[in-house]
Parts: sequence; structure tokens; C-alpha cells
Amino acid sequence: MTVLPWTIYTSFLGVVALMLLPSNSAKAAKVIALGTSITGLVLALGAVLEYKIGSGIVTACKLPWIPALGIDYYLGADGISLTLVLLTGIAAVVGILFSWNVEHRTKEFFAFYLALIGGVYGVFLSFDLFLLFVFYELAIIPKYFLIAIWGSTHREYGAMKLALYSFVGSAMVLIGLIAAYVVAGAQTFNLIELAKYPFPESFQKWAFPLVFVGFAVLAGLWPLHTWAPTGHVAAPTAASMLLAGVVMKLGAYGALRVAMTLFPLGLAAWREAIAVLAVIGIVYGAMVALVQKDFKFVIGYSSVSHMGFVLLGLMTLTSIGLSGAVLQMFSHGIIAGLLFGVVGRMVYDRTHTRELSELQTMNLNTAMPFAAVTFVVAGLASMGLPGFSGFVAELQVLIGAWRAFPALAMLAGLGILVGVAYTIRTIQKSFFAGQSGQMTKSEITIEPISVPERVGAAILMAVTLFVGLYPAPLLNLIKSGFDSQLMSNLLKGVAS
Amino acid sequence: MELLILAVPETLVVATAFIVLLVDMMEMRRKPVRARMLVAAVISCVGCLVSIYWLSQTGVPTTPPDGMLIVNPVTQMVKQLILLLTIFTALISIESNFTDHVGEYFLLLLLATVGMMFLVSSENVLMIFVALELLSLSLYIMTAFNKQNIKSAEAALKYFLFGGMSAAVMLFGLSLIYGLSGEIVLPRIADKLKGQPLDPLLMVAMVMVVTGFGFKIAAVPFHLWTPDAYQGAPTPSAAFIASGSKVASFFILAKVMMVGFAGVEGSGVWRNFSEGWVPVLAIMAVLSMVLGNLAAIAQRSVRRLLAYSAIAHAGYMLLGVISLGILKEAASGPDVAASMTAVKQNGMASLLYYVATYALTTIGAFGVVSVVQERSGEERFPAFAGLSRRAPVLSFCMMIFMLSLAGIPPLAGFFGKFYLFATALSSAKSLGLLWLIVFAILMSAVSLYYYLQVLKQIYVAPPPAGVSTLQFNLLSRVAILLLALAVLVLGCAPNLVLSRILAAVKTASL
Repeated sequence: MTVLPWTIYTSFLGVVALMLLPSNSAKAAKVIALGTSITGLVLALGAVLEYKIGSGIVTACKLPWIPALGIDYYLGADGISLTLVLLTGIAAVVGILFSWNVEHRTKEFFAFYLALIGGVYGVFLSFDLFLLFVFYELAIIPKYFLIAIWGSTHREYGAMKLALYSFVGSAMVLIGLIAAYVVAGAQTFNLIELAKYPFPESFQKWAFPLVFVGFAVLAGLWPLHTWAPTGHVAAPTAASMLLAGVVMKLGAYGALRVAMTLFPLGLAAWREAIAVLAVIGIVYGAMVALVQKDFKFVIGYSSVSHMGFVLLGLMTLTSIGLSGAVLQMFSHGIIAGLLFGVVGRMVYDRTHTRELSELQTMNLNTAMPFAAVTFVVAGLASMGLPGFSGFVAELQVLIGAWRAFPALAMLAGLGILVGVAYTIRTIQKSFFAGQSGQMTKSEITIEPISVPERVGAAILMAVTLFVGLYPAPLLNLIKSGFDSQLMSNLLKGVAS
Repeated sequence: MELLILAVPETLVVATAFIVLLVDMMEMRRKPVRARMLVAAVISCVGCLVSIYWLSQTGVPTTPPDGMLIVNPVTQMVKQLILLLTIFTALISIESNFTDHVGEYFLLLLLATVGMMFLVSSENVLMIFVALELLSLSLYIMTAFNKQNIKSAEAALKYFLFGGMSAAVMLFGLSLIYGLSGEIVLPRIADKLKGQPLDPLLMVAMVMVVTGFGFKIAAVPFHLWTPDAYQGAPTPSAAFIASGSKVASFFILAKVMMVGFAGVEGSGVWRNFSEGWVPVLAIMAVLSMVLGNLAAIAQRSVRRLLAYSAIAHAGYMLLGVISLGILKEAASGPDVAASMTAVKQNGMASLLYYVATYALTTIGAFGVVSVVQERSGEERFPAFAGLSRRAPVLSFCMMIFMLSLAGIPPLAGFFGKFYLFATALSSAKSLGLLWLIVFAILMSAVSLYYYLQVLKQIYVAPPPAGVSTLQFNLLSRVAILLLALAVLVLGCAPNLVLSRILAAVKTASL
């Protein structure tokens, strides 16, 4: 496990290497970025394979950092972190493959990109709250610049909105964390130690929603999701892949790892209210996606809908619902990456429009058969067809929800139905609207899909298929995450 | 004689001041301004370095009964910091070109430094006042130093009028305190006042003293001079007002409140206020945070933006002073006295850490502004457009400074805020000061917006056509880089400095 922190370090070393590069060497910047991210993925894979299921939270590195305040530099991993670290590794590599055509300020683009990746790895691996928070906020700034400099529609607005939503969310988290630290006697920020402290119920009742919602802003919790569609649409392809694929998971992960473990009594008090919000998010996101005119907005709102499943799964507090939620994080990370890759890179970069009504006239399925196939696969996976990872994850969440809140589970099922509708509508409008064989008015020559794109899409499709057909290894890894003392309290809380 | 030995560091700086003046008058008059600036800055730096070295070798706690010149590890540390800030101010002065009176300028800079050093070392209200005036008068002139610029004169006049008024008010307050207690040394004032019923006159005196310091630290409602002074003053003067003067004023404010007004803390707990200096400072803190942050949003001049940000930061720092007013009820654990001391030590340490990192960051930011202004004659947003394409390293430094001011980890500003807020929260029973912390954290979320506006100009906006890369002096470049590096390192490894501050605070037995 000692290799695991190197996922963080290599990312930041990559940033330094890129900064030292002369500004005109775009090719070298891409190679460095790709090399760095592949190293990260290899390290993550190695750690997943090395991890023995059942060994709980494995410490990778624990050093006193600021002893006066009881802050440690404490990195570790359990099944949940490893799943998400693996996701980050995959998303990072594929994102770079999909941004191989970035020629504007290439070196800076990849520097911000790798800084974001490094921060994300750090959040998933931190078991000291202070450290976790440091990495969490560290990820905000690169997002802003990635969108503001390289984005498209309303990029400065989208970037600022995202940055402020994230920062206000993390401010709420910070208030809760400082208060928890002081209430617990100002001794330690070690998550495992702090979770043992019996916080008074009256305190938990306000601290839990504060911290949970603060994190869940980033997970697209309705009604604080509005940054997500605008942010996704404004972002360049790789950034929206990361936003939907990884950054939204940061929020859900923080909510699970910090808010829910620290404040079990607060969780019990607010559980139903948050489950209701999650289901509203599922249904609302799907409904709004159904009427969008912009291709990317469809995917943006579908992300809100799918993240609703994660939050719903967390609130079930059943073993199956929780592991379903974490699997849904992984699965949505892969599928959303694929969808945004098709929309942003394959379609928008070539046709320069995302209006479904314009795409309708372009007969894209004959112009870009590979993109069409990829998008159909991604769409099927996204609507939860058996055989893809989305099915396994959402089914588990629904089963868990059925046990905890039957009425909400039915509503969430409705959300899946609407999901089928908007996915099919989008597939039809974007790729299959033109009559085959008939030439359309826009006979623009479309450059063929490049090799990096094909490789990236193939990786993502392979992963979602593999997890869909053979979910056992990943599920076991996730389930083992809930066996440690820290996380198993979640299940006990309901039983008692 | 003993007093003279204790005052060696200050004497060294005074001597340096006159050497600079002499050298400039006698040898350098005919030379170009730039060369004179360089020589004067180098001499000043050497003098300050010698003084820093001397300070690092001494520091055995001595407390003469008249409280004229206190020496302990904390005062030595703060003085070293002030000298360091003077050095950086001198280095960024090389860049700017606002006066022919080079020797006089550096003389005033060093005299202001001496004022700060005496201010830090004193527990005698007379001495405090005299040192404060030495500091203030030097700063007024430094503000007015750009004779070609009408703004500079306006800034100085505002600064002077406000300063003169508040000094008078403070002196009145101090005289009332003398009338009440018959003492002029802080601990003895506290001893005399202890046990007496709360006198309304004492409250009036306390508010007057706070008014005087409120002006120095630029806290609302005594902040009105700040934006104009920051904008109009020559850049190095503005940087020095924002950094060194703030460090010294906050330190002495904390000391006067904690030592001199021990026993009249009052309580700032929400819905449970009681009269004393804590609620007064709490109100000032909230007003400063809110007004500073909201007003900064509307600014299009980077210097005015920094001024409002300074007001906001004064609000945060006041939280550190407030945590020194911990009451007995708030102490937890079996040993009440020990736990109170621990909170006070943390409060002092967090305040020092914050002021120090804030000062370094601000001076760095002003350094960047000074370079840009010198090249383009402008310091409003458009002058910064596309700076990252013209001067990547300088832009990166500015990014570090801005993000540190916004409190983004892993920069020094983040840990500073975190430590300050955590300590302030632990200084009242059952999270009684949570309302202040909520204000502070939410307002610092607001602040990200305007710091990002600056960075947006630098990184996102396209550079104006036909502007080449930006060249500037090597020494300034090194100074700005060093400051950025310090902000980064202090943020990643706060313990490097924190452990020393805490050790010093413990030895000084606050």
C-alpha cells in the first residue's frame, strides 16, 4: 500500500514538470501528462490488486504534520477509497486521450488538469479530516481555470458559478469540521478517532446537515445542483468528463466518509428529508433532460439524475443500498465520461454545434459510425440496461431503497423510465434522424475519429461492460469497505 | 546601561537610517535614481539583517518595572518579522520610480521600522503612544512622497487627518485610564482595576483606546482612509502600511487588551453579551468582514481591492484578539488555569501566524502590482489582462498570493484562517462564538469571487496586442519569488514556524 500515495505525488510532479517546460512544446506536454496519468492508473490498479479483502482500512502513510493541533499526514485506503481511486485513474487517462487535440496553451491545460487529478486522489486517500479538506479545496481552483480558459458556452459564468458553489459548500463543511473538532476537545483530526467521540445529539442535529449538504453540493444534490449543468456545458471535454466522472464523486464521498460517519444521530434525524431530495433530483433531472435542446445539457441533467441514485443509496443505510451507491459512483463516472467524450470531443469539436435540432440534419451516423456506436453503447449503459455497470448499481440502490422507503423507491423507478425516454430521444435526434443514403444540406467534411479517441472510448466501454457482466470483484471490494469499524457503524445505527 | 543593551537592535536600525541618508546625500546625488535606490535598499537590507541576527542571539525575558522596553522571545520574533518586512519593502522599492529624495525615503522607512520595534516592546502606555506616533508620522510622509501625483497628496492628507484624530481620541482614552488607575504600565493598570465594580468611565476609556487602534489596523468603522491611502501612496509605502504597520499594531492591540484590560473582557457569546472589550471587538470584526468583503467585489483597481481585502482580513485577525479574552467558564478540563493559558497561548500563536503570513502575502501582492504599474502606468484590471502570457513566473506568484489571501489550501492563508477560527471557537463555552466563525467563513467564501476576478484578468483575459514580455529588476524578482515560496512552504509545512511561535509564546509566559 505504500505505493498508493504516489498517485498523488506523481500527479503533482507532473504539474511541476509541465510548468518547467518551454511554452511551445505542446507535444511534450501531452506526453508528460499521459505518462503521469498512466503511472497513476497503474499504481491504483496495483494497489487494488494488492489489497486483501477484509483487511479494513490500510494505512499507507501516517506522520505527525501539525502536532500542536493534532493534525496528521494520514493517508490510507479501504475498499471504498480504492474503488474511487481506480475510477480516478481510469478517468484521468481517458480524459487526456480525449483532449489530445488541445492546442491552445496546451502546457497550462495539462498542468491544471493534473493538479485537479492530484487533489482528487488526495481526497479519496485521506483519513485525517484536515488533510482531506486541504485536498478537497485544492481541487476547486484548477476546475475554475480549466473551464474559464478552455471552455465554450458562457465559460466564465459557468466557471465562476462552479467555483463559488464549491467554495460555499466547502465553507459549510469547514464550519462543521471546526465545530466538531472543538466539541470533541480539540485533540485530533484523525477521522477514525473523531468518529468514536459521542457528539451530543443537539449538536449533531445541526452539524450533520451542514456538513452533509456542504459536500453534497458537489454531488449535485437538488436544489443545489444548478452549477452542474452550466458547469458541464461550459467545460472543455476533458474537464466535463472529470467533473461528472470524478468531481461529483468527491462530494458524495465526503458526505459518506465524513458527515455520515461522524454524526450518526444527525443522520438518523435527517435521513428521510435527504432521501426525498435525492429522489426529487432523480426525477427532476430526468424530466429536465427530456426537454433540452442542447446535446450537452441533456448529459448534464442526466448526471444530476444519476447522482440522485448515489445519494438515495447512501440514505438507505442498508448494506445493499450503500454498496450500490458506491458502485453507482464508479459506474456513473465511467458512463458519464463516455457520454461527455462523445458529445464534447467527437461531435462538438467536429460539427461546432450541440443543438439537437441542427445535429438532426447532419446524418451523423453515416458520417461518424464509431461515434454513433459508442454513443448507443453509452446510452444503453446509462439507461440501466442489464449487462452494463449502471444496471447492477441502480438495481442495488433500488432494492435497498425498497426496504427503507418503498414509496420513494417507486418514484425513483419512475426516474429510470424517464431516463430511458430521454436517452432514446437523444440518440435518435443526434445520430439517427437523417434518412440513410440521403445527403443532407450540411455536407461538411468531418475528420475521422482519431486513434486516441478510439482507445479512450474502448477503455470506458470495456470497463462498463466488464463490471456489468462480472460485478463480483468490484462489489466485494466495495462491500469490504463497509466492514471496517468506521463504516460498519452506519449499518448498526439503523438496526438499533 | 542595561536598557541600552536591550535597545541595540533598534539602535542598529537608527544608525542604518542615518548611514543611508549620509551615503545618499554625499556620494550618490549625481547618480541616476535607479542606482541610488539600489544602493540605499542594499544598505537598509544589510542593517536590518544585522539587527535580525542580533535579535536571534538575544531574547532572555527581561521585564523592567517601568515597562519601557520589554524583551522576551515573542517580542524578538515579532521584531524579526517586522525587519524582514522592511527588507522586502526596500527590495520592491527598487522597482518603483517616484521620487528624487531617495535617502530621505529610506530614512523614513527605517524610522517607521524603529517605531514599530519600540511599539512591540513596550508595556508602558506613554511609550506605546510615542512609538505609535513615530510610526504614524513616518508613514504619513511616506504616503505623500510621490510629489508628481496629486492622488498621493490626497491619500496622505486623508491618512493624516484620520490618524491625527484617532491618535487624539486614543490619548484621551489613555489619560482617562491613568486617571482611574494612577498607573501607566499595563499589568499594574490591570491590577489596580481588578476587583472594582465596572466603571462607565472605564468603558468609555476602553472604547477610545480601541478607536485609536482600530484606525491603525483599518477595522470598520475606522477604515475610511484605507482605500485612498492604498491607492494613492507610492507602492512600497502602501505595502509597508499594509504589512509592517499591521503586524505591529495587531500585536500591541492584543497586548493592551489582554494585559491592560484583563478583567474587563466581557462576553461576546451570542444572545449572552456582557460589556467589555470582547463584544466591542466582535462587532468591529463582523463589520470589517462584511463591509470589506462586499465592498471589494465592486473594485476595479487592484490596489483598492487589496485595501478592502485588508479591511476584511483585519476582521479575521480581530477574532484572534478576541480569543485572548477567554473567560473562566469557557475553560474545560480539571485544571482551569492551565486550560485558559493554553487557549491564550494558542490565540496569540494563531494571531501571530496569521499576521505574519498575511503581511508576507500582501507585500508580495503589492510587489507584483508595483511591477505592473511601473511598466504600464496603470493598476486597474485592464493593466493585468493576459499577464500570464507576458510574465508567467510573476503571474504564478500573484496566483499564489491571491489564493492565499482567499484561504485556499495548501497556502499559508488557509492554515492561518483555520487555526485562527478554531482557536477563537474554543475560547467560549459551548461554541458561544460560533456566530462569529460562521460570519468569517462565509465571508471568506465571498472573498474568493474578487480574488478570482484578478486572476481571471491575469490568466483568462487575452493580452493587449503588441505588448512584449515584461522585464524587471533581478532583486525585485528574487524578492517576489522568495515571498511566493514562503507562502507556499508555510502553508504546506506550518509546523516549521508554528512550533517556534508556540515555544516562544510559552517561554514568554503569556
